[in-house]
Amino acid sequence: MIDTRKNESVFVSGDEAVALGVRLSRPQVISAYPITPQTIVVERLSEMVEDGSLDAKYIHVESEHSAMSAAMGASSVGARAFTATSSQGLLYMAEGLHYASGGRMPIVMMNANRSLALPWSIFGDHRDSMSMLDSGWIQVYVEDAQEALDMTIQAYRIAEDPSVLTPFMINLDGFILTHTYELVEVPRQKEVDSYLPPFSTPNKMSLETPKSMGFSTSPADNMEFKYQQHKAMMDSMEVIKKADKEFSEMFGRSYHGLVDCYQCDDAEYILVTAGSVTGTARVAVDTMRIKGIKAGVLKLRFMRPFPEQEIRNILSGAVSYGVLDKDISFGYEGTMFTNVNSALSGSKNFPRGMNFVGGLGGRDISVQDIEEMFIALQKCPDNAYGDYIKSRVSFVNMGVNINE
Amino acid sequence: MDKPELKDFTKPESIRDYPVGPSFYGGHLVSVNSGWRTFRPVVALDTCTGCFRCYLVCPDGVIAKTEAGKVAVDYDFCKGCGVCAHECPFSAIDMVKEDISE
Ligand code: SF4
Ligand code: SF4
Repeated sequence: MIDTRKNESVFVSGDEAVALGVRLSRPQVISAYPITPQTIVVERLSEMVEDGSLDAKYIHVESEHSAMSAAMGASSVGARAFTATSSQGLLYMAEGLHYASGGRMPIVMMNANRSLALPWSIFGDHRDSMSMLDSGWIQVYVEDAQEALDMTIQAYRIAEDPSVLTPFMINLDGFILTHTYELVEVPRQKEVDSYLPPFSTPNKMSLETPKSMGFSTSPADNMEFKYQQHKAMMDSMEVIKKADKEFSEMFGRSYHGLVDCYQCDDAEYILVTAGSVTGTARVAVDTMRIKGIKAGVLKLRFMRPFPEQEIRNILSGAVSYGVLDKDISFGYEGTMFTNVNSALSGSKNFPRGMNFVGGLGGRDISVQDIEEMFIALQKCPDNAYGDYIKSRVSFVNMGVNINE
Repeated sequence: MDKPELKDFTKPESIRDYPVGPSFYGGHLVSVNSGWRTFRPVVALDTCTGCFRCYLVCPDGVIAKTEAGKVAVDYDFCKGCGVCAHECPFSAIDMVKEDISE
């Protein structure tokens, strides 16, 4: 039995929890450029480097593009690197994201989920990271500050696994997680050190083994490298599960791998969520259950690699399912919905799905909003070509009447 | 001068034989790379003082010192940019049009 009581508990924000997780992971290089609501992470890290509690090189860069470039430089000489960003900053480093994943550099980055301009807004939604889904980064969405800290440590373990060597993005909902204070348990350094061995990589530039790095290829060899990236990402699924299992054995907390379920076993109506809104959905499930409605929540933790099998297993038993996207791909639907539907397309029983687009630009999603989603799921029309198509994507909690 | 030698590249049979990402041991050259040159730098050895400024400025690192201590351009990899000719303090390098009939 693990005695976690001796561990220190601190009252910190999600940003600070990430900074604590980073310090415990002993990165050698941190490249930083501040952007709201991520700023506190890099502020805390600079303080830790300044007071000597974190032995790392802290590089002030002039932009997010440079933050990613500096992290790549660090990773290419075998250093463990960290950076953090948000929103426009993530898009500004987009070129670098593909470079890092193509170069198989296991950089860990925290992204504070924030909406994209225009209209300009500092508040949260998932449109920044969802638009980077194809950049070859592992993407996890955390629900609370504890998961943020724990996943920072796990991120290095997963990203640096020799079969993975893929960069890792930890997504925290802007303000809802980054700026909300919670009681967080801080693992002990000694235990983290034994969970997370020092970084080693075959792609290390050094005087002993001079390398040509980041070379170009002709069409005759390019696809092989892309296949490798895809395979590494697929293989990371088992590594993620193993990292979670060993983490829970050592620290007493499990996040159940690629997805987490709440009351899904006998659920007839399942809502798929990602990030902090999962907590709200858990409460809504409780109130629905009191009313005798068999509701459940499937928390999608990883968007890449995508937990296709898990989703198929869990959702194919439902009467209907909803996907709550804090994102929309204009002209179609939410990106999570598309991905979930694709996973289900291989199953014999393909229940009816509805897409709830909510939370854009920081719009609140209340327990009541989610209760209404479950009620809508009960009424989900089953004719595929009429009402269903028309009503399957709906905007939650619009402030105005849109029935023009 | 230690110059990497050209090695034949045969496409690996298995994906496992590819490096993990585009990273490989340094100096692995598989083909000459000079087909795009319009002008070639020609060093007038009687004017050249051996200052080796050209060696410092050549962006492709293809200027070297021969065993006799003279300046030599590796035409297999010179791209014909003319930086060496422009920078030579003694105007000892001429850019001569390549004869495409060769
Ligand atoms: S810079 Fe001119 S003078 Fe100096 S070594 Fe080169 S060719 Fe000769
Ligand atoms: S022409 Fe350009 S590439 Fe060729 S030797 Fe001169 S500087 Fe180097």
